[in-house]
Amino acid sequence: MPIVSPKQLRERYDVIIVGSGAGGGQMAYTLTMEGLKVLVLEAGRVYDPVSETPMLQTWNQAPLRGVATPDKQYGFYDASIESGWELPGEPYTNASSEPSRQFRWWRQRMLGGRTNHWGRVSLRNGPYDFKTRSRQGIGFDWPMTYQDLAPWYDKAEMLVGIFGDQEGIENSPDSSPGVLLPPPKFRAGEILARERARPLGISVVPVHRAVLTQQQDAWRIPGRLHPGNPRAQRLLAENMRLRLKCLFATDCHRGCSIKAAFDSTSVYLAPALKTGDLDLLPQAMVHQVTLNAMGKASGVVFIDKQSGREHRARGRVVVIAGGSQESVRLLLNSQSNRFPDGLANSSGLVGKYLTDSVARRVSAQIPALENLPLHNEDGVVGQQAYMPWWLAGEQETLDFPGGYKALLVSGRKMPNLNIGRRFDQVSQADGIPFGRQLKEEARRYYGSFQSIGAQGAMAANDDCYCELDPVVKDRWGIPVLRFHWKWSEDELRQVSHQQRAMAEILEAMGGRFFKRPLAEQPEKAIRQGGTIIHEVGGAIMGAHPSKSVTNQWCQTWDVPNLIVGDGATFPGTADKNPTLTIMALAYRAADHLVDEMKKGNL
Amino acid sequence: MNDSTDGREPAGKDLPRVDRRTALRWMGAATAAIPVLEREALGAERSGTRRPRLPAGGYGPDPDLLRSYQPGDLWSLTLNDAQRRLVMVLCDLVMPADESSPSASSLGVHDFIDEWISSPYPGQVEDRRILLEGLAWIDVEAIRSEGEVFVSLPAEKQFKMCQALARRAKASSNTFPGSFFYRLRNLVAGAYYTTPEGMEDIGYRGNTPQDRWDGPPPEVLEKLNLPPQ
Ligand SMILES: Cc1cc2nc3c(=O)[nH]c(=O)nc-3n(C[C@H](O)[C@H](O)[C@H](O)COP(=O)(O)OP(=O)(O)OC[C@H]3O[C@@H](n4cnc5c(N)ncnc54)[C@H](O)[C@@H]3O)c2cc1C
Ligand code: SF4
Repeated sequence: MPIVSPKQLRERYDVIIVGSGAGGGQMAYTLTMEGLKVLVLEAGRVYDPVSETPMLQTWNQAPLRGVATPDKQYGFYDASIESGWELPGEPYTNASSEPSRQFRWWRQRMLGGRTNHWGRVSLRNGPYDFKTRSRQGIGFDWPMTYQDLAPWYDKAEMLVGIFGDQEGIENSPDSSPGVLLPPPKFRAGEILARERARPLGISVVPVHRAVLTQQQDAWRIPGRLHPGNPRAQRLLAENMRLRLKCLFATDCHRGCSIKAAFDSTSVYLAPALKTGDLDLLPQAMVHQVTLNAMGKASGVVFIDKQSGREHRARGRVVVIAGGSQESVRLLLNSQSNRFPDGLANSSGLVGKYLTDSVARRVSAQIPALENLPLHNEDGVVGQQAYMPWWLAGEQETLDFPGGYKALLVSGRKMPNLNIGRRFDQVSQADGIPFGRQLKEEARRYYGSFQSIGAQGAMAANDDCYCELDPVVKDRWGIPVLRFHWKWSEDELRQVSHQQRAMAEILEAMGGRFFKRPLAEQPEKAIRQGGTIIHEVGGAIMGAHPSKSVTNQWCQTWDVPNLIVGDGATFPGTADKNPTLTIMALAYRAADHLVDEMKKGNL
Repeated sequence: MNDSTDGREPAGKDLPRVDRRTALRWMGAATAAIPVLEREALGAERSGTRRPRLPAGGYGPDPDLLRSYQPGDLWSLTLNDAQRRLVMVLCDLVMPADESSPSASSLGVHDFIDEWISSPYPGQVEDRRILLEGLAWIDVEAIRSEGEVFVSLPAEKQFKMCQALARRAKASSNTFPGSFFYRLRNLVAGAYYTTPEGMEDIGYRGNTPQDRWDGPPPEVLEKLNLPPQ
């Protein structure tokens, strides 16, 4: 039985993985396909996207029209359960009471982690993004080049199923031919943005997202991903055939019961379970990695949330992938004589160098989009178009390092409760509009709003880090994290540039602004650290044991059979979203691990 | 897939999953926030008045997402008959029937308003306070100026009062009674446009599984002066 209870654990596993999200799922997939005996411990419950996803439900079927509440912090239908900015009994703290110096932490306690509801935007880091220090004199270089990771980007993209196009844009890499699925057609507002942004030297191109615009090629891909491994080929092909193409309806944040949108459970864990080599233990909160007498990782200690009892699991290798900061916490809480300051922390760098995307949206109303003939604009519900960073070649002319990309949000989307006040600023009424007038204005203006959301790079700095809170503990008595955060001038200047550029594009579309873009007040514009939920770092990879926590294979320098399988190893944040890189790194680390185990090195 | 009333247990049985302390905290916040005016107004004898019960507990962090929920399924409702009638009339002033679509009350929007102000969550506490206060105020105001409760006024008078409130709401959406009308309008219009009929009326044509997505039809591109794609 693949879903196990603490009593059913094997004596010893080849590999123990903590967390079942993007990183942990990818590791579990690769390792079980290679025949290793794997245990995944997941703090949340088993969640089945196929039978639990509210697909076509409309807001009037949900309590309170589905608005966010303390129980469902991203709204009722969002594919997040037992999740949120605040979790009862599981606090975290901030060292500063100043909001701009605080970090917000979204945690998701369910099988598949945040991959159940993520936006699925899946962009590769570019060559420059691996060389931040060499190019910009700040932050860190990665201990690898883009070329080193590129083959695993291809593999991850083929496995996950990602649409996109080949654009040839500097530092926003294309995939190898035949890897991506065809992108969806643009919506009206996206076409308009493309036409109006072009004269500004800005290209609007299809974004890359983990959504199947057509079924994956189950004849070709399994052989490419698993050469010489017929069992893996068969299991992958079977799973690919169970994934249908997008319905061009229903919001991906709710999850996808037809498996067209990627989540870890449907794509990684389902075939991994079919190998018979995966044991999955839900409701298990790991709080310590144990060491043997030789100083090697020997297993984990966890709390079975149902009984409240502590248990152990043993393995030859331990992978931690609880979602960046949770992995950091686990290291810091795994203290021993050998590692009094936390496991694998001889460098003193565990918890250091947290980064997040630098982001803010600008919105406008576009008169050209008023009163359009009625039509369905769901498309692949969610983002379809974006502007890759257009000044990568002219960075030296700017007053900030690193770029940003901009995602378009437009269209005749399913209205939510907020739509009631949406038309106030465009209304011709002398009071707030209501009655027949509101109905008429709503028909006219609905779908004429456009937002552009920039998300930019952040180099690691000394002011953004976490540590164990000396006092506060969670409901199980496990010490919690305390965060420190400070945006640097670089990020503030970047946000100003973002606000100006977004406004310029919207203006070119004829946009009317009702909230002034905040170019002159970057400290107001920038969101709190963590808000974009792209947080990474805390156990960064590097070329030297004294300056980093892991090597390029995500093995900790101090304990080579301990692997960090999530974004904690990122030495910085690029202008790309993190998850595809988390998956490619985990894929590469898992391939390396298999080699090392075969060679008897671990 | 769409029809998710699948014969499961009605909600409410194992409802208060929020721990007692949290629930009490929310309740405390809710009670404390109700101003004197409202207590008095509610205490005043009108037909079938009952003091609103303040509910505890919500749907918890792991609710059934597939069920179709109705107002009153998860927590008990607040409005008495007179208040309910008043809310129905106000709903239809905000979203009246016209040539193309039905009125708010015919879509049960008033029940949503009741569900909303009866919510056990802190996000709705302020709306509860202001809406209940507003319902009391509007009758007092109607009696003062016209000698009758609001629902008994002729339609034009009702509309005029709303118009005045709409202007005050525009001047300041935070100052009572403009704040009352502002919140009421937001909720009624929002609830209206989240029903299938409302979505149809506003021009949303999605949420329909399709075999393909071809981008906007030619007439849309034409209107935008964009070339065929
Ligand atoms: C609303 C939203 C939109 C997003 N959109 C995008 C996007 O478009 N593109 C993008 O690249 N990224 C996006 N992200 C970020 C993306 O979700 C994460 O980068 C990604 O899921 C990280 O994967 P992970 O494996 O590191 O962590 P997670 O997916 O968070 O998984 C970690 C898992 O580990 C479990 N766990 C944690 N601690 C323990 C423990 N001690 N013991 C046992 N189990 C534990 C957790 O319960 C969880 O299930 C988005 C996130 C959110 C919230
Ligand atoms: S838009 Fe497509 S991929 Fe996304 S949830 Fe709906 S059917 Fe699935």
